[in-house]
Amino acid sequence: MSAVTFNDVSRHFGAIKAVDAVSLDIAEGEFFAMLGPSGSGKTTCLRLIAGFERPTAGDIRIFAQPVQDLPPYKRNVNTVFQDYALFPHLNVRDNVAYALMIAGQGRRERYRAAQEALEMVQLAGYDLRKPSELSGGQRQRVALARALVNKPRVLLLDEPLGALDLKLREQMQEELKSLQRQLGITFVFVTHDQGEALSMADRVAVFDHGKIIQTGTPEDIYFRPEVPFVADFVGSSNVLPAALVAQLAGESRPASIRPERLILGAEGRIRARVTGLSFLGLATRVSLDAQGTRLTALLPQDAPRPAPGDEVGVGWNADDLHLMTAGAGA
Amino acid sequence: MTQVQPAHFTSAGGIGTRLSDILWRHPRLLIALLLLPPALWLGVIYLGSLFALLAQSFFSIDHFTGLVKYEFTLSTYAQLIRPSNFDIILRTVVMAFCVSLTSAVISFPIAYFAARYARGAWRAVFYLGIMMPLWSSYLVKIYAWKLILAKEGILTWALQKLHLEWVLDAFLALPVIGGNSLSVSTAGTFIVFVYVWLPFMILPIQAALERVPPSMLEASGDLGATPAQTFRHVLLPLALPGVVAGSIFTFSLTLGDYIIPQIIGTSRLFIGQAVYQHQGIAGNIPLAAAFAMVPIAIMGLYLWAAKRMGAFDAL
Repeated sequence: MSAVTFNDVSRHFGAIKAVDAVSLDIAEGEFFAMLGPSGSGKTTCLRLIAGFERPTAGDIRIFAQPVQDLPPYKRNVNTVFQDYALFPHLNVRDNVAYALMIAGQGRRERYRAAQEALEMVQLAGYDLRKPSELSGGQRQRVALARALVNKPRVLLLDEPLGALDLKLREQMQEELKSLQRQLGITFVFVTHDQGEALSMADRVAVFDHGKIIQTGTPEDIYFRPEVPFVADFVGSSNVLPAALVAQLAGESRPASIRPERLILGAEGRIRARVTGLSFLGLATRVSLDAQGTRLTALLPQDAPRPAPGDEVGVGWNADDLHLMTAGAGA
Repeated sequence: MTQVQPAHFTSAGGIGTRLSDILWRHPRLLIALLLLPPALWLGVIYLGSLFALLAQSFFSIDHFTGLVKYEFTLSTYAQLIRPSNFDIILRTVVMAFCVSLTSAVISFPIAYFAARYARGAWRAVFYLGIMMPLWSSYLVKIYAWKLILAKEGILTWALQKLHLEWVLDAFLALPVIGGNSLSVSTAGTFIVFVYVWLPFMILPIQAALERVPPSMLEASGDLGATPAQTFRHVLLPLALPGVVAGSIFTFSLTLGDYIIPQIIGTSRLFIGQAVYQHQGIAGNIPLAAAFAMVPIAIMGLYLWAAKRMGAFDAL
């Protein structure tokens, strides 16, 4: 069964088409990521599911029930906000138990449920603290516990890890993923971080200018981008323009190739000049200019490194070149 | 070893620069210099004269000679509890309470609109609309209201045209708040108090509401709260410091005012008028001081109660 369905949904703010005729289908129990640069419409889509925005046109269903006329407080979905939106005048326990207090549950009952939710996010013992006394990571866990305490069928997460530092973010990615597997709830996750989307999601929808450009598994998105935007935005793949591909492969379509699949050497399919090197730890990133087409190659640390200004040959295995279906290359 | 003077340290400078250097090295000196004038003003001139007046309340007046007897006594305070004086206190406190409550109720939607929706030009219009009444003279506004509320005033005229005069007549026939016309009724005093103090309520509530991120209200709705529940459990608690701040203004200003009830209203006195009359006309400074003590004591109790209720927790 579909958890969330969009049918040609649009949300326009005056002349700005924040969401433009988007259709999507999120399966029950799926970890679904909406990925895109800021202003691409992914957050507006999330807000349409939560009910904070109403569609200008189209039809939204949550578990087959049309919801465009339902206010947020009548939808069985909960949200983890980007700024967490914890209530500053309530302590952690009352924040987590808020939904149950609103639902009219007794004090003992709701405090027990809050206790369980806090244990689930490993924050037991913080009940009586105020949100202002917590670190960013702890606040994030409280927001998560608060959204989960009501056992929603869909959990919406709006860039929840954006404000955390790298180490904590990686740890939370794993925890979120295992939490989702353990609870079996549908997660809809908005992010502009392609690494986050690829590592956590079962399926990813890539947004640009209010439209979904491509939907697929992380492997699809990463290795088989359909348009240059996806290739470029997701893991900064190299995009070869249609004219160049026509010379090389005989088909006038843009193509993508992963930076780590480029082979530098004396011979190669095309010639390029090295414009820069940067040390990344595991690998070295080599910036190349092939007659106006910018390319990036990732060299393992033990590979021989060219110097800036060198002329090199760039090669690849034919299998690694992925021809895209749409969109004219530069 | 030769002494090398590093070229990038500038040692030159006039007296102003040297003074800045001294203040930079002694930051506490700067704070002391900045705080000294206001501290003197507040501590000695303002609080000092206030305490000098309040100390008078512990003296009494000799009713034969009309002179102040400089002996400690609580008899002046005992006079406050006499029915004629206690009525004044009660009337003023009830008025201040009603004015504050009504101001808060009227201000909240205005402040909410200004904080959440007013942008750009609308924001300027809002501030101008709130502040402009404060630019004109207090007396002019009160006399303007007298013209509006008088028996021959435009309110009566407008109601006559609408054939609704009976509504006003029925209202004025009510005991206590009614009267011959609105301009000589307690209801009239109330209306003008609310009008004059309203900006002092709107601005702090607006400031408090501006600090509430929209996501907080969305989160409440997301967790199942209807708008009414969101108001009760999130918006009101977070706006409460603003409401309390505003009501401190409206409450204390109403407690102390002696001009509005003198121009608009009945001949029954308010605290401010009692202080004015006892000090200026009757020369009974101890009783005037004791009356002046009442608003201070009430405000002290009010702030204490507000703190106990958690009004400042969200600050």
